[in-house]
Amino acid sequence: MDSYKNILDTFFFSMFPYIIIFTFLLVTIQRYRAKAYTFSSLSSQFLENKQHFWAMIPFHYGIIAVLAAHFVWFLVPDTVLWWNRVPARLYVMEIAMFIFGLMTLIGLINIIIRRQTNSMAKVVTSKADWWVLGFLTIQVVTGLYIAYFYRWGSSWFAASLTPYLWSVIKLSPDLTYISAMPFMVKAHIVSAYSIILLFPFTRLVHALVVPNPYLWRKPQVVRWYWNRKKIRSSKNL
Amino acid sequence: MDIRSQISMVFHLDKCIGCHTCSIACKNIWTDRKGTEYMWWNNVETKPGTGFPTRWEDQEKYKGGWELVNGELKLKSTSKVKTVTNIFHNPNMPTMDDYYEPWSYKYKDLFDAPAGDDQPTAKPISMVTGEYMDIEAGPNWDDDLSGSPIYAENDINLDVLSEEQRDQLFAIERLMMFYFPRICNHCMNPSCVASCPSGALYKRGEDGIVLIDQKRCRAWRKCIAACPYKKTYYNWNTGKSEKCILCFPRVETGQAPACFHSCVGRIRYLGVLLYDADRIEETAKHPDHELVDAQREMILDPFNENVIREAKKNGIADSTIKAAQESPVYKFVKDWGIALPPHVEYRTLPMLFYVPPMLPVMSSQEGDSVRSINEEYFPDFEKARTPIKYLAKMFGGGNESHLRYVLKKQSAIRAYRRAVTVGDIDMLDAEKALIEADCTPQEADKIYKLTSLCTFDDRFVIPAAHREEAIEMMKDPLEHKQEAGFGFRDAPARGR
Repeated sequence: MDSYKNILDTFFFSMFPYIIIFTFLLVTIQRYRAKAYTFSSLSSQFLENKQHFWAMIPFHYGIIAVLAAHFVWFLVPDTVLWWNRVPARLYVMEIAMFIFGLMTLIGLINIIIRRQTNSMAKVVTSKADWWVLGFLTIQVVTGLYIAYFYRWGSSWFAASLTPYLWSVIKLSPDLTYISAMPFMVKAHIVSAYSIILLFPFTRLVHALVVPNPYLWRKPQVVRWYWNRKKIRSSKNL
Repeated sequence: MDIRSQISMVFHLDKCIGCHTCSIACKNIWTDRKGTEYMWWNNVETKPGTGFPTRWEDQEKYKGGWELVNGELKLKSTSKVKTVTNIFHNPNMPTMDDYYEPWSYKYKDLFDAPAGDDQPTAKPISMVTGEYMDIEAGPNWDDDLSGSPIYAENDINLDVLSEEQRDQLFAIERLMMFYFPRICNHCMNPSCVASCPSGALYKRGEDGIVLIDQKRCRAWRKCIAACPYKKTYYNWNTGKSEKCILCFPRVETGQAPACFHSCVGRIRYLGVLLYDADRIEETAKHPDHELVDAQREMILDPFNENVIREAKKNGIADSTIKAAQESPVYKFVKDWGIALPPHVEYRTLPMLFYVPPMLPVMSSQEGDSVRSINEEYFPDFEKARTPIKYLAKMFGGGNESHLRYVLKKQSAIRAYRRAVTVGDIDMLDAEKALIEADCTPQEADKIYKLTSLCTFDDRFVIPAAHREEAIEMMKDPLEHKQEAGFGFRDAPARGR
C-alpha cells in the first residue's frame, strides 16, 4: 500500500509538473504562432447580460486576489511568516483570502447556472468549457476546505510548499514535505497542475494575453502596408 | 504637416429611396455567416426613428464617442483605469436585445405537414438557439414608421425640439420622414480604435479604412460600446468583433464597395480626401458648433502646390493625388460645402458625409404652384416641416447655420434649373437666388450634373492601391506561389 502511494506521489509531484510545463509551453507557443485567431476570451456577455455580471465579477476578482496571494506566499515566504507572527495580521489575511475564495466559488456557481439555464449562453458552451469549469470547481472547493480545516494555510504554505515548488523549479523535486500532506492538499495541487495543462487547449489562454500594452500606447493605431517614405522610389528596387 | 489620404464618402439623402438594396448587397457578401446574422454593416434607417441598434444615438446609455473634459479629449465609455476594472463585465455594452434575435423559418414543415383543412405554416426559429421563437424586433423594425409613438417619438434627436414643435411633427398632415443609410464612417479620430485594449483595431495608413485584426481581437468588447455609431459588431460565435471593411478587397482592385455599387438611387459617392493628421486632436477639441468647420479646415486642397509637395514627401502616390483632385467627395464637402458629417459632436471626425434631405423641407410649400422665387423658393426654414433644429442635431453639431446654408443652396439650384429647363421662372430672379445662396450658375450646373446625371466614374473615383509595390516591400511575392493563398488560411471557428 505504501509503495503504491509512493508511486502515485512520485508521479504526481515529481513527474507530472514537468509534463504539464512542457506541454503548456509547447502547445501554447505553437497555438499562438499557428492559430492566433483562436486566442479569445470568447465572451458571451452579448447574449446574456444580467447573470453575466453576477458570475464574472465575483469569479474574476476572487480568483485574481487568491492567485496573487498564492504568488506572494511562493515568492516571499519569509515576509509572509513575519507578517503572520502577529495573530491579528494573520487573521486579516486568512479571512480576506477566504472571502475572496468564497467569491470565486459563488462566481463559479453562477457561471455554471447561467450556462445551464440560459438557452443562448448554452449554445456557446463547449465541452472544453465544462472541463475548465469542473477543474476550477474542484480547485476552489479543495482550496476553501483546506483554508477552513488546516489552519493556517498561509503559514504552512510558506514553510513547506514553497520549498517544494522551488525544488521543482530547480529540477530536483523534493517530496519530503509533500508526502506527509493530507489528501485534500494533494488534490488541490494536482488539480492546479491539471488546470495549467488545460490552458493551451481551452479558452483559458485569454488570461495569457491580457492587454497590457493598452496602458501605455497612444489612443490611435495606424498600420502601414508600405514604408511610406520609401515607396515612391520603389521602382528602383 | 503629416498628410494622409483617406477614402471618404458622401451620401445624398434626397436621393435615397429606402430600398435597402445596399444592406442586402452587403449582407450577402459579408455577414451571412454564423454569429453575424444579426449584423448589418450597412443599414438604412427611417428618421425620425430609433434606428439600429435601438436608440444608438443615446450616448448616455451606450457611452459612445469622445467627450471634452477640462479641455482634454476623453473616451466617454472607458479610460485606462476603467478598461482594467471593467474588462470582465462591460457595463455599457449593448446586447443582442438592443439589436434583435436573428431568425429563420422552419420551411421543412411546409412540405412535411400532413394533409389538412388549413395551409401549413413555417414557424420562426431562432438562428442562435435553433428553438421556436416569437419575433419581437428586426433590423429595420421601424422602417417607414415615422409618426409612430413607439418608434419615431423615441428618436433622441427630437429632444432638441420644443413641445409644440414635436406635436406639430406628429400631426398627421405634417408627418415627415427621410431615410438615413449608415455604414462605418471610417473616422479620422475613431473611438473604437482608441478603446481597444488589444490594439486589434487600426486605421490603415494608406487609405484610412478602419479594420479589426481578427488575430489580435480578444473579445474584450470595448469597441462595441465605444463606437458612437454602433458600427462595430460582436460575433457571438467566433468571439471576435467585426465591422464594415469598406469592401477593401474591392476598393484595392478599383471597384466600388458593394453597397455603393448596388445603390439604386445612386446616392453614394466615394473619393479620396487629403488631410493633415497632425491636426486631428486639436480639431476634435473644438466646441460642438464649430466642429463642422474645423473638420472641413483639416481637409486639404489637393490642388495647392504646398499640399502636393508635402503629400509626395509622405509617400502618397501621384495617382492618389490625382484621385484627390477629381474626388467627388472633395467637391461636395469643400468646394460646395453641402455635405455634412453625421453627429459630429461625438468628435470622432467621421469621414462619411451626408447631403441633408430637402424634400420634406420643401414640401411644406405644397399645393402652391411656383410663381415667384423670392419668398417661396427660400421657404421660411423656421416654419419648415422638418424642423431645422432636428436636422442640425443630426448633421451640424447643433449649428443650424450649416443646415440653412445647404438647404438654401439646394433650393436656389432647383429654382435655377427650373428657369433653365421649364422657363417659368425668370432667369434673373434665379441667378439672384443663386448669389444669395453663395452659388454661381457654373457651380449650380456642376452640382446639378454630379447630383442628377452622374455616371459610375463620376461617383466613384478610386485611386490605385499599389498593393503590388506594397507587398514587394514586405515580402517576396513568389513566396506562396502554388499555395492556397496569402496569409490567414484557417476557417474561422469558435475557440479552435
